[in-house]
Amino acid sequence: MEAMAQPKYKGKRYRLDKPELLAPAGNLEKLKFAVHYGADAVYIGGQKYGLRSNADNFSFEEMKEGVEFAAKYGAKVFVATNIYAHNEDIEGIEEYLRSLQDAGIAAIIAADPAIIEVAKRAAPKLEVHLSTQQSTLNWQAVKFWKDEGLPRVVLGRETSLEEIATIKEHVDIEIEAFIHGAMCSSFSGRCVLSNHFTDRDSNRGGCCQSCRWKYDLFEDGREDAAGWVSEEDQLMQQAAPAPAPFKPGVTQIPLFQPQDNPFTMGSKDLCMLEHIPDLIEVGIDSFKIEGRMKSIHYVATVVNVYRQAIDSYMADPENYVLKPEWIEEINKAANRPLNTGFFYDTPDHEDHIYEPEEKAVPYDFAGLVMEYDEETGIAVIQQRNHFKPGDEIEFFGPDGTFFKQAVGRIEDQHGQELDAARHPLQLVRMKVDQPVRFFDMMRKRKN
Amino acid sequence: MSNKPELLAAAGSTAEVRAYLDAGANAVVVGEDRFGMRLPGSMTLEEIREAAELTHSRGSSIYVCVNNLMTNELSNDLPDYIRSLGEIGIDAVEFNDPSVLTAVKEHAPKVKLHWNAEMTATNYSTANYWGNKGASRVILARELNMDEVTEMKPRLELEAQVQIHGMTNIYHSKRRLVKSYMAHQGRPVEEGNLGKERGLFLIEAERQDEKYPIYEDMNGTHIMSSEDICILEDLHLLMAAGVDSFKVETLLKPRHYNEIVLRTYRKAIDTYAADPSSYAFQEEWLDAIREVQDPERELSFGFFYKEQVY
Repeated sequence: MEAMAQPKYKGKRYRLDKPELLAPAGNLEKLKFAVHYGADAVYIGGQKYGLRSNADNFSFEEMKEGVEFAAKYGAKVFVATNIYAHNEDIEGIEEYLRSLQDAGIAAIIAADPAIIEVAKRAAPKLEVHLSTQQSTLNWQAVKFWKDEGLPRVVLGRETSLEEIATIKEHVDIEIEAFIHGAMCSSFSGRCVLSNHFTDRDSNRGGCCQSCRWKYDLFEDGREDAAGWVSEEDQLMQQAAPAPAPFKPGVTQIPLFQPQDNPFTMGSKDLCMLEHIPDLIEVGIDSFKIEGRMKSIHYVATVVNVYRQAIDSYMADPENYVLKPEWIEEINKAANRPLNTGFFYDTPDHEDHIYEPEEKAVPYDFAGLVMEYDEETGIAVIQQRNHFKPGDEIEFFGPDGTFFKQAVGRIEDQHGQELDAARHPLQLVRMKVDQPVRFFDMMRKRKN
Repeated sequence: MSNKPELLAAAGSTAEVRAYLDAGANAVVVGEDRFGMRLPGSMTLEEIREAAELTHSRGSSIYVCVNNLMTNELSNDLPDYIRSLGEIGIDAVEFNDPSVLTAVKEHAPKVKLHWNAEMTATNYSTANYWGNKGASRVILARELNMDEVTEMKPRLELEAQVQIHGMTNIYHSKRRLVKSYMAHQGRPVEEGNLGKERGLFLIEAERQDEKYPIYEDMNGTHIMSSEDICILEDLHLLMAAGVDSFKVETLLKPRHYNEIVLRTYRKAIDTYAADPSSYAFQEEWLDAIREVQDPERELSFGFFYKEQVY
């Protein structure tokens, strides 16, 4: 395999020798998968103040359980409190943040000083990480937040690798950057399309992804088009009488042809898997994966791959190679085309999605390994999606378990042969070709 | 804080500054498009100096919009720019990025700071936070409703500015979305041909009556609202609440239109200030605006009376 290009930018991490892999966890079960599959930290949403009001967010009880589970792996739990608050949200912030602290949460991710200040005062054990919603792109702004006592800033997704290097040079602080997942095509927080189209407040978790809707682009054809007037025209206007009143129904010149795909603002998803050395060497402290709404299969697959890539590089940077199977794995979880965002240059026409989207992930999470008997080679599988004898399946797990086989004879817990595993969570026994472990996953290509 | 609220207009040239002061504005906001965004025109330091002299000779105020989301490169250029603005003697800088706040405090300490975070300036606590950091005014989000604005006002430790007329920005991306789309279609367009002057707009598939202006400049792609805020009928509620500054957004409007709008609000403000108890809204004021209003753009109360969910 061809040697990787040497990373161009070198920077130092603030507290960690090895970058943290930070994964999304939409609920307690996803948290467990994320941690088991290698996340050093997970971020979740609580019942309030988060930007995913549609997710099945955590209760305090679930948070405690999540924190305890993560602690066994040495992993931390962060809570996104990343809304821009309105007056009515202010009361209650203090109580909420104290409860997070009591639940053992390590940090909140916040954008609004209304929340940040309360955390500093009322829940001092909670670290405050500045959310990407603040669109922080420059070192002086980063320094401002450091001086405010924040140990970490999540940069705006518009920051390039070179800019991160400069920030690292000037400010000794943890830098967290998104490395994988869906992206706002706007500056995060600077979009109220949802508010205008559906009266749903995007900055309080109501985003309905209007940027991915279909639009047509026109040019205003009228001569007295409202808008910009050149300096010369202004001088003319001063001498001339007022322009004629607007005429309704004047020309709209379409800037598309009937066969064209409609205009849309939807971005391809971010994937930095092929650039792990650059991310590590520039000194990014935390590698963040997007997707609190994503499936267990997605979270486990993506975390698993990045875990292996990061560990492999850290163990031996000189001889690091990007394994083709990692890319294959990532593609099994991808539900949109991928790109590298702003890390290397400003996205252009190849970085947006104009074609009708095929959102379907090609694979299903078919089953979860609960037990494995080394002597017989029989595994007990908890059903997560329909499968039956003859189906081509893959097993994968943390630390690189991976093999393919066909489903052979399957039987229920009483040894009764089954023609298919039909029922969610039903326990099924089957022979596997290689050893598996508790919490390894079984996936199946969709038909 | 005077009793009479300020009437503020965005201006893109010295000629516009003059015209809008003549029409009744007693404050203007200008800027240069490297540092400020969504300006009706980009003005050099020399032009800003000229505009400042003119504005101050009328006893009015001039603010400079420096609301860009700064890159390292831009933030390096801030000290010189801010120092020059301080030397010119402008009255305030509108900022969003903390790097601008730091630069103003260091390099032009006499210049006031107006916190302008557009859609993210949504509560009194955060406004007061920036007040403690040195801001003397908050420019409130256009997505707030009337109750939120009026309830907020007594809890604010700094001045409040509210946009009362014109369009608002509803989406800002660093990406060149129109340029990318045209390239995707195989009909690439030359650089600089997708700006404000082009009159581009979007129509969403299920909202055929709504035209959303879109344009690109060095700061990326901007999409604007399909309606124009017009709070004229209920301006007295904001005046009674003690809002300190009323902004007329002049962006993407002909000067003649803006002049009529400013004259109308001037009349309403003066009438109210003369005797709040006998103040009554006059339908003919609104008629004057309706007459020049683009019929394809609705005059609306924006979010003042909308219920938003999430």
